[in-house]
Amino acid sequence: MATAPATPRPSRRKARGAGITPWLFISPWILGFLFFTLGPLIFSFVMSLHDWPVVGTREFVGFENYSTMLRDDPQFWKSLWITVKFAGLFVPLNIVLSFLLAVLLNLNLKGTAIFRTAFYLPSVISGVALVTIWAWIYSKEYGLLNYLLSFAGIDGPNWLGDRTWAIVAITIASLWGLGGSMLIFLAGLQSIPKELYEAARVSGVPAWAQVIFITLPMLSPMILFTLITSIISAFQQLTIALLLTDGGPVNSTYFFAMYIYKTAFRFHDMGYAAAMSWVMFLIILALSMLVMRWSAAWVYYEGQARKDDADA
Amino acid sequence: MRKTLGYSALIFLTALFAAPFLWTLITALKTEAELYAYPPVFWPTDWKWENFTNAWTSLPFTTFLKNSVIVVVLSTIGQLASSSLVAYGFARFQFRGRDPLFVLLLATMMIPWDVKMIPLYMEFNWLGWINTLKPLIVPAWFGEAFFIFLLRQYIMTIPMEIDEAARMDGANAWQIYWRIHLPLMAPALVLVGTFHFMNAWNDYLGPLIYLNDQSTYTLPLGLALFKGLHEVDYISIAAITVILCLPPLALFFYAQRYIMDNALGSSVKG
Repeated sequence: MATAPATPRPSRRKARGAGITPWLFISPWILGFLFFTLGPLIFSFVMSLHDWPVVGTREFVGFENYSTMLRDDPQFWKSLWITVKFAGLFVPLNIVLSFLLAVLLNLNLKGTAIFRTAFYLPSVISGVALVTIWAWIYSKEYGLLNYLLSFAGIDGPNWLGDRTWAIVAITIASLWGLGGSMLIFLAGLQSIPKELYEAARVSGVPAWAQVIFITLPMLSPMILFTLITSIISAFQQLTIALLLTDGGPVNSTYFFAMYIYKTAFRFHDMGYAAAMSWVMFLIILALSMLVMRWSAAWVYYEGQARKDDADA
Repeated sequence: MRKTLGYSALIFLTALFAAPFLWTLITALKTEAELYAYPPVFWPTDWKWENFTNAWTSLPFTTFLKNSVIVVVLSTIGQLASSSLVAYGFARFQFRGRDPLFVLLLATMMIPWDVKMIPLYMEFNWLGWINTLKPLIVPAWFGEAFFIFLLRQYIMTIPMEIDEAARMDGANAWQIYWRIHLPLMAPALVLVGTFHFMNAWNDYLGPLIYLNDQSTYTLPLGLALFKGLHEVDYISIAAITVILCLPPLALFFYAQRYIMDNALGSSVKG
């Protein structure tokens, strides 16, 4: 995320600004950072090096939790795989569907504001309410979804009780809240200068080529942003799975975040859970950095291009 | 042609996005017989509004609501006060270490909650805050990176001359914050307040971890408890769900203009 450039200001104000005043203003965040972020992070790392039951004696074990995880814990790998699978479903669908909805809204037909509201509305609901809404829709016998599918001649599955479909059900329920990403794409679309399309049309460039050579490059910064934020949220997926399937059926939705949560708060193995949470942190960090690096190949920043042109 | 296609798609998708809400509302108003009818009943013959009062009184939902309101109100006030103070500090002062600190602040947004969940539980346990609402309120009084970022970007768009003029008139830094920037920030504060309200109101994991005693439960935790106890009573579950959805939906309609303006403004560029 880019920070806005600081406004240039005369140097005399530099002298005036010095002193304790600015520190007083930012002190809430500094204290919060120490007590609710940095402190917990250090503490969590220390815990991850211990056998740390909630009650009973703690024992320093070095990196044993980490090696156990990688070598002797099949559930770690299974949960990680389920999370990757979910991310593989959720991330591309989230981006593609948000993009398509934004394109539809960007047709600027009359009443667009109403449709925009309708698409955004579900994203203000999350957690328990979202789950109770979908649980009833997914009901095998009385659910709305299978009733609607029956019109297409499809005998709907037992969504939440089927090993293959449970993760799909969680994906659909998560996608219901794509309003935020949609707004980001819509903002991107509206900032593309109309002249670009005019010029293309005049030169006889077909519509599909306009999408590939104008729309997508101009939207690439938003695609990158949505890509990273949806990867992060996919890896942290916990609430919906916990309430909708509780990891079932047969552990088919036993996400990585759920494994961490249950290890800590149901099995009371705080040290091992802390170690797993660090692994998750590192995976998210590594993935974000990989995506950032890869993005250099396809993200187009207008300002950058202009500068390059000027340099040439 | 393009128009017809566009409208058909928009209307179809609106129905798709709205259906889960409407279906839940209709379910909440059904009789038991209608609930299990096939094909499903889309228009209950007798709208059973008493389903709402029956569901509400079957568990101490009034207590849960009270707890939710306490958490949401106190944490929102804290979030608005602290985030705006910090944003003003970062936006309007030059001081040694400011830029690295701001980068650090942005970097904290990358830290998954899962890493902090366990040590924070231990910390609050040590403070004796488990089974109180404090863990859900106090951290909000220390600002949140995303909101600080949002407010700081907003302050940056306000001309420095306004601060200069106030300083000429003898105003100090606090007065400039309190009398000038806080009122000017109002649209951004509505946005922060709305987003924070929704997070706090919908939050399930925080209360799940910090609250064990039923008398401290928030509304989402109460609904989850009810769902666990009466798995098949879908009418009551739907009724409580509708109630739980109302405040965020109402708030959204109030703050809609600000949310759309912010997204469709230039804030996401780059």
